[in-house]
Amino acid sequence: VYLSLSDRPHGSARSKEDRAARPPVGRVVLTLGMVSLLTDVSSESVSAILPLYLTQVVGLSVLAYGFVDGLYQGVSALVRIGGGWVADRTDHPKWVALLGYGASAVARVFLLFASSAPSIAAVVAADRVGKGVRTAPRDAMIASATPTEDLGRAFGTHRMLDTLGAAIGPVIAFGILYLLPGSYSTVMVVSLAFAVVGVVLLALMAPDQRLRRSPRSDGPTPPPFRLSDLTDRRLRPLLVVAGGLGLLTVGDGFLYLALLEHGSFSVTWFPMLYVGTNVAYLVLAVPVGRVADRVGRARVLVLGHVALAGAYLCATIVTTAWASTLATLLLLGTFYAATDGVIAALASRLVPTQARTSGIAVAQTVVAVSRMAASFAFGFGWLVLGPRVALLVVAGLLIAAVLVAAGQVRRLDADMARS
Amino acid sequence: MSSRARVLVLAVVTVVAIALSTAYALSERQKIERIGQTDPTVDLADPGELLDGPRIVFRHTGIDNSYGLVAMVPLDDPGGARSFTDVACDRVAAWSGGASCLATVRGVATTFEAREVDADWQIRQVHPLPGVPSRTRLSDDGRLVATTSFVTGHSYMSTGFSTSTVVRETGGGESWGDLEEFTLIIDGDEERPVDRNVWGVTFEDDDEHFYATVGTGGRTWLVRGDLANRTLTSVAQGAECPAISPDGTRLAFKVDLEPGQDKVWGLAVLDLASGERSTLAAGPRGVDDQVAWLDDDTLLYGLPREDEPGVTDVWSVGTESGAEPTLLVEQAWSPTVVR
Repeated sequence: VYLSLSDRPHGSARSKEDRAARPPVGRVVLTLGMVSLLTDVSSESVSAILPLYLTQVVGLSVLAYGFVDGLYQGVSALVRIGGGWVADRTDHPKWVALLGYGASAVARVFLLFASSAPSIAAVVAADRVGKGVRTAPRDAMIASATPTEDLGRAFGTHRMLDTLGAAIGPVIAFGILYLLPGSYSTVMVVSLAFAVVGVVLLALMAPDQRLRRSPRSDGPTPPPFRLSDLTDRRLRPLLVVAGGLGLLTVGDGFLYLALLEHGSFSVTWFPMLYVGTNVAYLVLAVPVGRVADRVGRARVLVLGHVALAGAYLCATIVTTAWASTLATLLLLGTFYAATDGVIAALASRLVPTQARTSGIAVAQTVVAVSRMAASFAFGFGWLVLGPRVALLVVAGLLIAAVLVAAGQVRRLDADMARS
Repeated sequence: MSSRARVLVLAVVTVVAIALSTAYALSERQKIERIGQTDPTVDLADPGELLDGPRIVFRHTGIDNSYGLVAMVPLDDPGGARSFTDVACDRVAAWSGGASCLATVRGVATTFEAREVDADWQIRQVHPLPGVPSRTRLSDDGRLVATTSFVTGHSYMSTGFSTSTVVRETGGGESWGDLEEFTLIIDGDEERPVDRNVWGVTFEDDDEHFYATVGTGGRTWLVRGDLANRTLTSVAQGAECPAISPDGTRLAFKVDLEPGQDKVWGLAVLDLASGERSTLAAGPRGVDDQVAWLDDDTLLYGLPREDEPGVTDVWSVGTESGAEPTLLVEQAWSPTVVR
């Protein structure tokens, strides 16, 4: 007993290998994580009940809403780059993020009074625009508040809290409707309350970081942001790798449909597949982020796509239905844990400090657009080849792409470590 | 602001937010309890009194203790006393021997069901639905039932808008599955669009053919379906949620009156023999419903009240040129005529 105790690396707080001895995740990261949690509870609780509300109270078909929603997903991607640009130009990412969170909160107020299709569509639009504006500045704040060697863990922690909020929101919404049948307005009031507390938390508790005047950076103050900063040679391979792999990342919906075709469960369980993936994601976000800090973020990013290829294979070739479903959801969760925060972490360090927010925004937009294109193209493959063959083909292409991308890993991780 | 003041302000905002939303929830509960004690303001007939004879069956939408329950009025006195069942449906379609009822099952995981009820409004068959109920129709003899629901109704709408429309035999017989699997023939050519959706079925009286809407690429087609050959063949463009007239000669459907950015739904009628389409110019605007036929010359449809969320009325409008809508059954939705 004595020997084993003395083997414990006590007093080695400086050792980077000893994860337990690392300082806890920074206050800024936890604050932003809580802001995201509250905001996601707010937005997901409303979007969970919106289709019901539209059809049962407003008396509309969900048709119009679906199209509108798809449109604003695209708008959101464009606004994201704009948000990044403004944040870098003004060097006040916090105020831009606050604007984004604020827009979504104000949208909740209007939702209480919106009772027609156009007004509800406008509210949804404001919410989407707010989401687009805030994402990159918030990630830049996380990146600036965290030492490079802890970035994976910091983003993992943020994404865990964020996903937790997205999981809690619908439960709160349906819980309210269960207790107060038909009282959609209560869900909206509660959603507004969560949004307001989130915005106030951000306004009061998050520091107004000036990326260019960060006390952390030694040496000269970086010059003002220029668009040409985004053509940084270190960022390009990340955009190529993330965009290229994104072109082989088909929407989760297709995987869930493939599982459904196994015929192992009723369609009513369909929403639970999203929940299952989210649970896997939120459990794995921190551990995978830590692994990324140790072995390299680019490596984990690329390996995450191996998990995705594994999910494609599980959904097609594993014959035991429940095993296939569980493994697919677990691998999908792993994929998200290995990519979503990790891409932001990488992008934040592969552009000059003054271009950090825009760099993150560009990387996230490239991923979003390439994934949208992938889902669109895959839809055709799905019909022409059938789900099984189509998924196997994409899995094969993805593994080939991973092998190619692996050639860039060392350079990306080295560039990142030097920053 | 000192950090202590910040914490204080945050605490105050949080407490106020919790207090206000709790107060609102409590006031809503009182309102719900009050509604639970409120009897319908419409005239009541005895339950079961109207189970035989020509009638209009619909969902009652008065804000009272019978909200959402299926009710019926005599066909010859639609404004008269209504008789309630104890079955709650979001959408209902009836025939003389029973009804198809699409319902929401509340819970922490809210689910949706297609229920078949018999002539005494007892549930006989239950099929799960993948999302919010949209449309249901029965064939005249009650042998076939079609259900349309959205594949949403939860958060995480990353898959976007989608519908699921299933045709099956009532009583647990054959199912033709999702109509998206049928072969789609547009203007004579087989098409395989990825994003196709099918909704709003209406059956012909041969129990073999039907009409429905197919949407793909932002456009919609009126299609004629064939159950035996599993095909959907385009008939016309820009026509949604068809309803076939009792004599089988005409189709009524929704059309976008002002194509452009916002949809303005109006009604139109297609003569199947001549292919001539006439829009009800003086008819309703903003109808988002699958219409029903009151008789061979009159349409029925539901319309939400602008000033009272959740309350709807059933209106009728003649198909002749210049006909104007009249209120037929107040506080009603999803009407079917049982002849």
